[in-house]
Amino acid sequence: MDAAQLEKDVSEIAGDWKNKEGNLIMILHRIQSKYGYVPREVSLEISKHLDIPLARIYEVITFYNYFKLEPPGKCTISVCMGTACYLKGAPTLLNELERVLGITEGQTTKDGMFRVEVVRCLGCCGLAPVLTVDGKIYQGVKKNEIGEIISKYAAEENGGNGGHKEKP
Amino acid sequence: MVKGVINGIPVEVKAGTTILEAAKQVQINIPTLCKHPDLISSAACGLCVVKIKKLNRMLRACTTPLEEGMDVQTHDPEIVETRRTVLELILSNHPNDCLTCGRNNNCELQKLVADFGIREESFEKFVKEIPADDSTGTIVLEPQKCIKCGRCVEVCQDIQNVWALSFLERGVHTRISPAGDIKLAESPCVQCGQCSAHCPTGAIFEKDDTAKVWRAIQDPEKYCVVQIAPAVRVAIGEAFGFPLGTNLTRKLYALLRRLGFEAVFDTNFGADVTIMEEASEFVERFVHKKGTLPLITTCCPSWVDFMEKFHPDMIDHFSSCKSPHEIVGALAKTYFAKEKKIDPSKMVMVSIMPCTSKKYEITRTGEMFASGFQDVDIAITTRELARMIKQAGLDFSHLPEENPDHLLGDYTGAGVIFGATGGVMEAAIRTAYFLITEQKLPKVEFENVRGLKGVKETSVSVDGQEVRIAVAHGLANVEFVLDKIREAKRKKEPVPYHFVEVMACPGGCVGGGGQPYGVTDELRTARARGIYGDDEGSALRCSHENPYVQKLYNEFLGKPLGKKSHHLLHTAYKSRPIYKR
Ligand code: SF4
Ligand code: SF4
Ligand code: SF4
Ligand code: FES
Repeated sequence: MDAAQLEKDVSEIAGDWKNKEGNLIMILHRIQSKYGYVPREVSLEISKHLDIPLARIYEVITFYNYFKLEPPGKCTISVCMGTACYLKGAPTLLNELERVLGITEGQTTKDGMFRVEVVRCLGCCGLAPVLTVDGKIYQGVKKNEIGEIISKYAAEENGGNGGHKEKP
Repeated sequence: MVKGVINGIPVEVKAGTTILEAAKQVQINIPTLCKHPDLISSAACGLCVVKIKKLNRMLRACTTPLEEGMDVQTHDPEIVETRRTVLELILSNHPNDCLTCGRNNNCELQKLVADFGIREESFEKFVKEIPADDSTGTIVLEPQKCIKCGRCVEVCQDIQNVWALSFLERGVHTRISPAGDIKLAESPCVQCGQCSAHCPTGAIFEKDDTAKVWRAIQDPEKYCVVQIAPAVRVAIGEAFGFPLGTNLTRKLYALLRRLGFEAVFDTNFGADVTIMEEASEFVERFVHKKGTLPLITTCCPSWVDFMEKFHPDMIDHFSSCKSPHEIVGALAKTYFAKEKKIDPSKMVMVSIMPCTSKKYEITRTGEMFASGFQDVDIAITTRELARMIKQAGLDFSHLPEENPDHLLGDYTGAGVIFGATGGVMEAAIRTAYFLITEQKLPKVEFENVRGLKGVKETSVSVDGQEVRIAVAHGLANVEFVLDKIREAKRKKEPVPYHFVEVMACPGGCVGGGGQPYGVTDELRTARARGIYGDDEGSALRCSHENPYVQKLYNEFLGKPLGKKSHHLLHTAYKSRPIYKR
């Protein structure tokens, strides 16, 4: 990220909120709207700019699920880990996703294509195990269907092989 | 004053006193877990709940002040049951690793669980996998064992103003970590170990280097020597049932010989040498106007690290003198080795320190290899020594008293007071006074620099000139002193101080991060009393009077600040930028 641009962004956004109550949360909110997540460089800049310890900023960022520390990824895959899904094999699905994409939960693939998240119960336990891709629900998913789902989205998004890990 | 009743016993306390404290006055101990006497309570655990009769409610005794007319019940079957539930809930998120845990037999949680006779786990278990972090080589974090009491975070942020540790996330996912899941070694951590000294469980502890020491002792090729820091002798007894503050110096010498060390030195001797150099440095700057004032002491590696990270503009003020144990290390492998005809390459120097940060200091810069070898090979803490004594099966209480090995063992009262806040300053003034006036001090005690006040400012008159002094301990307190210096510089006013002492740990080294657990101000005071008692009982109380120090300069070093001294006994500092706190 361009350091000068970053400094400018932060000072603009922070400037608006500098003397207001709850400013840190609002600044982080604006940052996330702009970048899609809160990059570490930005947190460091906010810390300098507002004289808030970095540790405090991360306490706030990680306290709210809303804030993201990783770039969002074009497709977000959410795996339900509610009790029903868990029992019906959600951990296996998650493992498979992590294996295929070469990332772990909470991360985004290098090309910014896929992000994998774990969510608490999605409220459709009858369909377990469930995962969603950009909000679209896939029910009763089996391990061997994961590759197929990913390829489909990768192809749709850019006609390439998307977030697939290059085979050595 | 307010009056109330606790368990039917009338009690009168100062307004604002918590129920927890008030209960102590009538001989009732309410169990606590998150509350530490040094710290404001986070009220996180709920173990200390008591009943307030009229309110018909349970409140937390550690944060609730006793109010006029309050009728408090601290123990009844229902309250005990509540406390058991609190403990069982904590256990449901805790790995049961007691047998292989750094705090086994010494853990506040373990003790409470034993006291409450918890025999089964009644809640579903969820222990989050979080890897340990031993990246610093001094402090090990095992966040899995964290009970989220908040003590370490508060110590690190408020008492030390380092902000290396924080809580990330919330609920069952809450964990201690440096900002944004980086390694502790990449954080601003200055390795003071105060977090480990305040943690009630095995979630933060010193890196154990005792195996290295055993190996060195057993190696027939090696010549193993050892030194003990001032603060160790008045604290080690706590692990063996001695009264608080008992000075065990001469028993420790005997003990270390029996552990297998070939020569036993004393860091206090090194402290006397430090004073020769540092007092000379002060005279250079104060009398001869060569160098920046105030002169700031540098015996504490956490303070040095803190300054290098956050206040590099102060480097000019720093004394270039090494800390006492590094001096003993460098002299052992040169002076002592030469006199005793020992091959320094075979020598292993072990430092026994109240401090976790000394583990870092021994390889801090190239100057820590001044003898041509690593001057100090291994640094272990008081807590580690206590374990070694137990492993060796030595009956500490009944050991005879012995003397240290000469050349690097004999010390004056000035050397031993290094272990308490204000001690380095007091020792330095004793010798600086002599160097400037060539006269004996009428009174060697400087009461104004002693005690636990966070910043102590005073002045002494030397040869008709006022020497302005500040002594700070606990790193957050340093900022006040530094700001004052900067402010004066900015306004081009006379410096507010000529001489400043800083120790990272509250109370100085007696309160060091590697000392036996359970530190409180009462304990710091008791340990300091042991140290000042040693000083009072010494025939010689000024470093320059130490005959072995005189011998060292006459026969080996030449003059303080001379060429050889400079090579062996001094060091340098550099800016180590890190993200802003
Ligand atoms: S922290 Fe305490 S209770 Fe937990 S495993 Fe270690 S000794 Fe046992
Ligand atoms: S060792 Fe000191 S600086 Fe490092 S985390 Fe612990 S309290 Fe903070
Ligand atoms: S690491 Fe220790 S001191 Fe820190 S919050 Fe956890 S249990 Fe408390
Ligand atoms: S000791 Fe009072 S709430 Fe933890």
